[in-house]
Amino acid sequence: MNAKVFFFLLFPFAVSAQGFAGLGLKDDSFATPQIPAIFDFPRDHGPHAEYRIEWWYLTSNLEAKDGTPFGLQWTLFRTALAPENGTGWSSPQLWMGHAAVTTADSHYVTERFARGGIGQAGVTAYPFEAWIDDWQLVGPDLNTLRMTASGPNFAYDMDLEALGPLIFHGNDGYSVKSAEGQASYYYSQPFYAVEGTLKLPDGDVQVSGTAWLDREWSSQPLSENQMGWDWFSLSLDTGKLMGFRLRQTDQTFYTSATWITPDGQTTAYPDGAFSAEPVSNVTVKGRTIPTQWRVTLPDRGIDVTVAAINDQAWMDTSVPYWEGPITVTGTHKGVGYLEMTGYE
Amino acid sequence: MRRPSLTMTGLHALLSHWWRNPIQLFTLVVGLSLATALWSGVQAVNAEARASYDAAAATLGEGEFEQITSDSGMILQADYVRLRRSGWLVSPVVEGQLDNARLIGLDPLTAPNGLGPVDMSNGQLTVDMLTSGVFFARQETLDLLGEYDISLVQSPDVAPGVILTDVGTAQRLLEMDGFLSRLIVAPAQPMNQVLFTDVTPKLTLRTPQNGTDVARLTDSFHLNLTAFGLLSFAVGIFIVHGAIGLAFEQRRPVIRTLRALGFPLRRLMALIAVELLALSLIAGAIGVGLGYIIAAALLTDVAATISGLYGASVSSTLQFRPEWWLSSMVIAVAGTGMAAATSLFQLSRMPLLASARPRAWAMQAGRGRMYQAGVAFGLLILAALLGLVGSGLIAGFGMLAALLIGAALALPVVLDRVLAFGTSRAKSVIIEWFWADTRQQLPGLSLALMALLLAMATNVGVSTMVSSFRLTFTGFLDQRLASEFYVYANDADQAAELQIFLTPRVDKVLPIQSVDQDIRGLPSEIYGPTAHATYRDNWLFLQSAPKAWARIESGEGVAINEQLARRGDIAIGDKITIAGKLFDVLGIYGDYGNPIGQVIVTEALFERLFPDSRALQFGLRMDPVDVPALTNELRNSFGLAETNMINQAGIKAFSLNVFERTFNVTGALNILTLAVAGFAILMSLLTLATMRLPQLAPVWAQGLTRARLGRIEIIRAVLLALLTAAFALPLGLALAWTLLAIVNVEAFGWRLPMYLFPMAYLRLAVFAMIAAILAALWPSYKLARTRPADLLKVFSNER
Amino acid sequence: MLLHVSDLIKTYRGPDGAVEILNGISMTMNRGETLALTGESGSGKSTLLHLVGGLDQPDGGCVDIDGVDICALDDASRAAVRRDKVGVIFQQFNLIPSLNVASNITFQARLAGVEDPDWTRNLTTRMGLADHMGKYPEQLSGGQQQRVAIARTLAARPALVLADEPTGNLDEGTADTVLDLMLTLVAETNAALLMVTHSERLAMRMGRRLRLRAGRVA
Repeated sequence: MNAKVFFFLLFPFAVSAQGFAGLGLKDDSFATPQIPAIFDFPRDHGPHAEYRIEWWYLTSNLEAKDGTPFGLQWTLFRTALAPENGTGWSSPQLWMGHAAVTTADSHYVTERFARGGIGQAGVTAYPFEAWIDDWQLVGPDLNTLRMTASGPNFAYDMDLEALGPLIFHGNDGYSVKSAEGQASYYYSQPFYAVEGTLKLPDGDVQVSGTAWLDREWSSQPLSENQMGWDWFSLSLDTGKLMGFRLRQTDQTFYTSATWITPDGQTTAYPDGAFSAEPVSNVTVKGRTIPTQWRVTLPDRGIDVTVAAINDQAWMDTSVPYWEGPITVTGTHKGVGYLEMTGYE
Repeated sequence: MRRPSLTMTGLHALLSHWWRNPIQLFTLVVGLSLATALWSGVQAVNAEARASYDAAAATLGEGEFEQITSDSGMILQADYVRLRRSGWLVSPVVEGQLDNARLIGLDPLTAPNGLGPVDMSNGQLTVDMLTSGVFFARQETLDLLGEYDISLVQSPDVAPGVILTDVGTAQRLLEMDGFLSRLIVAPAQPMNQVLFTDVTPKLTLRTPQNGTDVARLTDSFHLNLTAFGLLSFAVGIFIVHGAIGLAFEQRRPVIRTLRALGFPLRRLMALIAVELLALSLIAGAIGVGLGYIIAAALLTDVAATISGLYGASVSSTLQFRPEWWLSSMVIAVAGTGMAAATSLFQLSRMPLLASARPRAWAMQAGRGRMYQAGVAFGLLILAALLGLVGSGLIAGFGMLAALLIGAALALPVVLDRVLAFGTSRAKSVIIEWFWADTRQQLPGLSLALMALLLAMATNVGVSTMVSSFRLTFTGFLDQRLASEFYVYANDADQAAELQIFLTPRVDKVLPIQSVDQDIRGLPSEIYGPTAHATYRDNWLFLQSAPKAWARIESGEGVAINEQLARRGDIAIGDKITIAGKLFDVLGIYGDYGNPIGQVIVTEALFERLFPDSRALQFGLRMDPVDVPALTNELRNSFGLAETNMINQAGIKAFSLNVFERTFNVTGALNILTLAVAGFAILMSLLTLATMRLPQLAPVWAQGLTRARLGRIEIIRAVLLALLTAAFALPLGLALAWTLLAIVNVEAFGWRLPMYLFPMAYLRLAVFAMIAAILAALWPSYKLARTRPADLLKVFSNER
Repeated sequence: MLLHVSDLIKTYRGPDGAVEILNGISMTMNRGETLALTGESGSGKSTLLHLVGGLDQPDGGCVDIDGVDICALDDASRAAVRRDKVGVIFQQFNLIPSLNVASNITFQARLAGVEDPDWTRNLTTRMGLADHMGKYPEQLSGGQQQRVAIARTLAARPALVLADEPTGNLDEGTADTVLDLMLTLVAETNAALLMVTHSERLAMRMGRRLRLRAGRVA
């Protein structure tokens, strides 16, 4: 609603953005991720006020009974003006929610903002609840969740059940983002089974499918010379793949990937093992966006083509980016989600 | 030695003309610059006026959004969070008195308009605002405050007497921790929402108050200012046209010589085009700068606005906006281009050895004039037709344009006829010659005179429009905001208590009762105000039956607003049905800006018709000085929210002040327009001066002194100015009438009454005469000082 | 004596310093006399005519018309002499373009307050202008225009008529007709006629001849 305001709140220290959304900016007063990464659950499912940026990021590939594909996004971002909780209106913790539903020909997006400290938005670790306004991701714990969101022209209400363990990326959850060593804490729950109701302008739709939750926090996840990233989460017939490439100002890339077996065993791949190359572009909101990719991980014999279900899945929010469901063909078959940031 | 190219030679010859005649160059550049400056000045003033009116409207109107309020005047912050978590997109407001200012706290993250007029593009400022606290207010408001550990940011767009800040800061300073004053409801709400009454049954959801009346009124003023801007554009184009036309006329000999020497016509025309483009760009740039200075000099908020140019902290009203200087440059360049196109066309058809035969020129102009008269007549007929049968805003503006252009084209034709009549009626030979010679000069002066006509007509039109508007608006404010203070009760019980509480404390409590009812199928409100001199003194009728107020007070009939009269096609004497009974319509009053119909009946009649209705609203007549104290008392005793109390006296004083400022600025602009038109006359006279020697020399030879010829020259300028003024007055009134009675009705559905201001017109005519005299002074002096040798050259055999 | 010119000097400041146009000219004329002023181009004929007509000021010497030294007068009084005593006919006719023929003819007479409608009618009829009174100068031929100019001058009955190449722009036949008319009318009004011409043939028709060479009487 107040895109401009929030934009400046998110990146208060840089109007000329350093990397996508000012994520390449360093501020010494915030904590930085340390190695080895030691997690304490369920506490770490909750917020980490001493880090500048954090998110609870859920994407879901769904199908109606007739096979119509849908994509769904529920995201809660936390950004801190200062590394402390604070109380009431003066709390420096600010919250932003993005929710979206993608069909083959429509993309519904809505955005919410809230101040921390007054109860309008927040996350508690146990029992687990993440909320902003009427949107919530709530359960007794992370394994059983109910997820709701609504906007002016859509709403959804989903039940989620985790069928596998948490997955830790990089070095047991310490995910390096650049050659200089910028890193974030990063783990996922990629094994949700989902069932629920989508409410769209044309009526309600019963859907089911899978979902993938990402948890990540950091204070400076990007290096100053990184402009944005292309992130893939693929659910394939033989396992799941998370891979991303960070685009650097000198036209080089920094890549990272995690291969996840159906029972939750992981293999982390360093820079260079995973590759993603744009195959074709479309114009979205005046920007040139690659919505078809060739993705390879030779070590696993993966060489697939990734294509957007709806190439106009543009998140026209205060911090704009592309996020939408994809289909996978080639050596492996499956579905997934693609996120592309930093395209100006 | 390198042989200079043909182009360079030609350019040198063309430019050397300016070098030899720097005054002509000066007048050309100044003429172009002034025309540009006028336009950009008007644009700046318009922008400023708009900003001021928006601020006034923001203060007058209680917001365009639905509001959630509480009977107690306080809303629990927990209720706010509960509403948000139930899917209600609402935004908190905390407001109250801080020292002598009104402190308004908003949450920029959820407020539908953010912080309204405050610019949040400074990231650090935003962070400070959300954490340590920032006050945004006008300097004069900030001056009212005591010491607070809060950064102060001067924001000229915030309404006077108001401080904007973060909701948290406001809560802390007003000691309202955990409480909010009211909630603003965002226009777009999500699909899934819990029923409002299920969330917070004690709170009230209110539709937006009728504060938009004033916004609509100012919309009308905006439109009129736009029309003024277009008129000044036309004046500017005319002046540019005149300046360029004269520049061609002056250089005719150079051009003729160049062509006679074999210079290719095409290249000559290209050279001139390039030269004029360069000149127009230079002059345009000067004009933009000049316009800015003019605007800055005319506006009172200059200090703030100039600092806004350099200090990045706040937005300001007077900025070098690109659309501003771009449009000004377009005036200069397009005006030059249009003028140059005709002149170049004539140049291309000019016989190689055409000699200056002034009378022949006049005769040819005479043939052209027939055609011109035809076009002018056609346009004036079109304007009349549009006025009679046209409908819609486009027709209104079309009528304005047809009227303006038609009148401008008609001017030389009319003047020619008047001067011919004067010639035929002259008794003395000098007077006969004076008329005849004036007539002969008409073609050379007509562009300048058209500019003068447009300038004067615009001035008449705009001063009529603006002054009519002021009278109407002040009348409207007196009518609508007649009471010094208004209080809205939350329910009938509170209203009863309030009435008991207020009666001993103020001069008079005027309960305002109203119900909504359809009249002839149109949604309307029925008002039953207490009979009091306040109404009789302040409600002016547009039309009324004899003794209307007395008869309305006796319950015989009712008064309705203009909107209802127009839409329901109701005239004086017609009958309307209220609560099943028939009543005569005895008066129709102006109700500027109100979107719906309204009927006024007496209090006694109202109580008879609607016995169950109770007044929730009270107008309080009292000493304005006591309003702040009473506000505090009501807040403390009844917990009334700020929105339940409206200090109309303060609002009225502020809005009148805003209007006053705009009117002063308009007055100053009027003088400027005339000055520019006067300059156009000066340029024309100077140019004609050299061409006129052959016409004057025989008169001189036959016994008239040069001094006398000079004096006649001044009288001629005055005569032409007076004739033009006589023509401009009806045109200006027609313009004003079109704006008020056609354009405004088409745009807003109500007609602004037109008032006449004879003294203002007289003053304008005097100004125009002074401008003409000043313009003629120098050419006349030059003529009186012409050496006999120069006059004798006319007679020399080797011409 | 109507006109007395003595030791008239006029210098012109040119690019190469002062040039003497007139260098001590003296002459006299009586009413009824006609005098031809001849000489080469640049000999000072026109300048002498202008000085005599009070149209310009000499640098030395004086011009006395009807006992008044016009060089000693101020601008306004000199204008009055032009109006009341002198009539000038130019080679270019120099009519007032904004006035019609009738108004042009009566202009000077009305200016001087001596308009005589019978005389004017007589003049215009004899000049063959009666059918052209409502026309404007540029609607007339050269000969017609010059006849208007002559009528304009004679309508005011000036004591001294000055003519500067009055037929210079006309063909020979027209020139003779115009000159005949002018001489007859001048004689009728008992005016003095001082005419500048370069034509020996025309000069021979005048009572006296004065030849100028380099600003002096030859």
